[in-house]
Amino acid sequence: MVKKTFETALKQLEEIVREMESGDLSLEQAVKKYEVGIGHSKFCLDILDQTEKKITQLTRDNDGSLKEKPFDHE
Amino acid sequence: MKIAENNNGHMYTVSTLTREIKSLLEERFSFLWITGEISNYAVPSSGHSYFSLKDATSVISCVMFKNQKRGLKFLPESGMKIIGLARISLYEPRGSYQLIFEHLEPEGAGSLQMAFEQLKKKLASQGLFDVAHKKPLPFLPAKINVITSGTGAAVRDILHVAGRRFPGCHLQIVPVNVQGETAETEISQAIQTVNALQNRSELIILARGGGSIEDLSAFNSEKVARAIFESKIPVITGIGHETDFTIADFVADLRAPTPSAAAELALPDKTALIQQINRLRSSLAQSMNQKMGFLNQKRDDLSLRLKSPARVVKDFKLRIQEFEARMNRTFQARVLYHKERVFWLQKILMGKIPLIKIRESRKQVDGLVIDLGSFLDKRLSVCKTRVREMDVKLGAFNPRSVLDRGYSIARILPGKKILMDAKDAAVDDQIELILSKGRLVTRVEEK
Repeated sequence: MVKKTFETALKQLEEIVREMESGDLSLEQAVKKYEVGIGHSKFCLDILDQTEKKITQLTRDNDGSLKEKPFDHE
Repeated sequence: MKIAENNNGHMYTVSTLTREIKSLLEERFSFLWITGEISNYAVPSSGHSYFSLKDATSVISCVMFKNQKRGLKFLPESGMKIIGLARISLYEPRGSYQLIFEHLEPEGAGSLQMAFEQLKKKLASQGLFDVAHKKPLPFLPAKINVITSGTGAAVRDILHVAGRRFPGCHLQIVPVNVQGETAETEISQAIQTVNALQNRSELIILARGGGSIEDLSAFNSEKVARAIFESKIPVITGIGHETDFTIADFVADLRAPTPSAAAELALPDKTALIQQINRLRSSLAQSMNQKMGFLNQKRDDLSLRLKSPARVVKDFKLRIQEFEARMNRTFQARVLYHKERVFWLQKILMGKIPLIKIRESRKQVDGLVIDLGSFLDKRLSVCKTRVREMDVKLGAFNPRSVLDRGYSIARILPGKKILMDAKDAAVDDQIELILSKGRLVTRVEEK
């Protein structure tokens, strides 16, 4: 199965809305689609809500090992 | 001896003469600047460059050794006009002289510009700029590596734009020198390093603020170009100003005109996305509600139209009864009709049947036959009677019987006319007398 990404979830959500609006679905299909659609929208919003601001700096130590530390840009 | 005298008593060998010419040339032209057009440019496996330098009328053989070539910012090629610093050398085994170049520069355009064009052409021909190799950019990268100077304006611009468009995105800065001797190595190593990370990012922004073509030279290097090409992570470049195009820009999966624009292209607008998702979500709920409302209404409608089984049964019973009655009526009418018809036909048949007729006719014929018989008998006896009567009558009329009784018949001869009146006979007429027995002939005597 294709890895669920924000973009694919958003596209599928749009697709489901279009299908729902076309009104050609049976009730079972509509309910299924609705659940999937709500799942996608939650998935997308969850990603967007991860507001932890992460700006780091990747540097190499004198011994050559990589080190990540907060980036001070102010 | 004579010839030797002509040469002031000195006899050269090939080697001594060659050596003298060599020192003469090499001392006189120890270093010189020369301009000309390269032709027959060749680089054998030794790595040295052999070529000819020519102008309209003359040609000189030239060489540039590998060590000197390291300083070149461009690749010489045939047809190129150059200015160069060289010394003359004579190659004793062949007795040929040549120019040994220490430095070359293209005539006209600067060597950096030339190098840029050459590298661009070379990498293009190797397919490094092909659209087929461009990787798609992630719509929403979970983590972005920013390879740029840790102190310049570029990194500040990127952080600012990223913070505005998508607060909270994971940006990992990889500080490098973006100019100077080590820049191209540092940049290409940084690209390789972030590609090798366990928690690999989904996008690289390679950025640098504006500068002269010399300042941007690291981004015009083959090393950086190849590192970008080899990167498994998509690369957006934002180098210099809008008008600056570097080799790195051509190789990158996407070129942004500036570092800020690179950040803009790298990240979607979070606010707009949230709005879009909320809109989709409410559309989803709305169409679901609509659907449910429609279905509920339909269900109500249908349940109203739904009849109880008892009523259906009753309806059917009534209908069946009705059918039964109709059927009976029709049947009876039909039987009656046929009965009448049969009766009527029978009547017709009776009237017409031939046997009866025959029987009657025969009776009639029999009757007639009997009648005919009795009629015939009657007729016969009548006829018999009449015949007998007639016979009797006839007997009475027979002249013989008259003759028997004494009468005779007189006939005048020769006519034999029966004589009834005396007047009819004259005297002397012969008269025949027929008697009962025999005849006489007489003569009238008197009257």
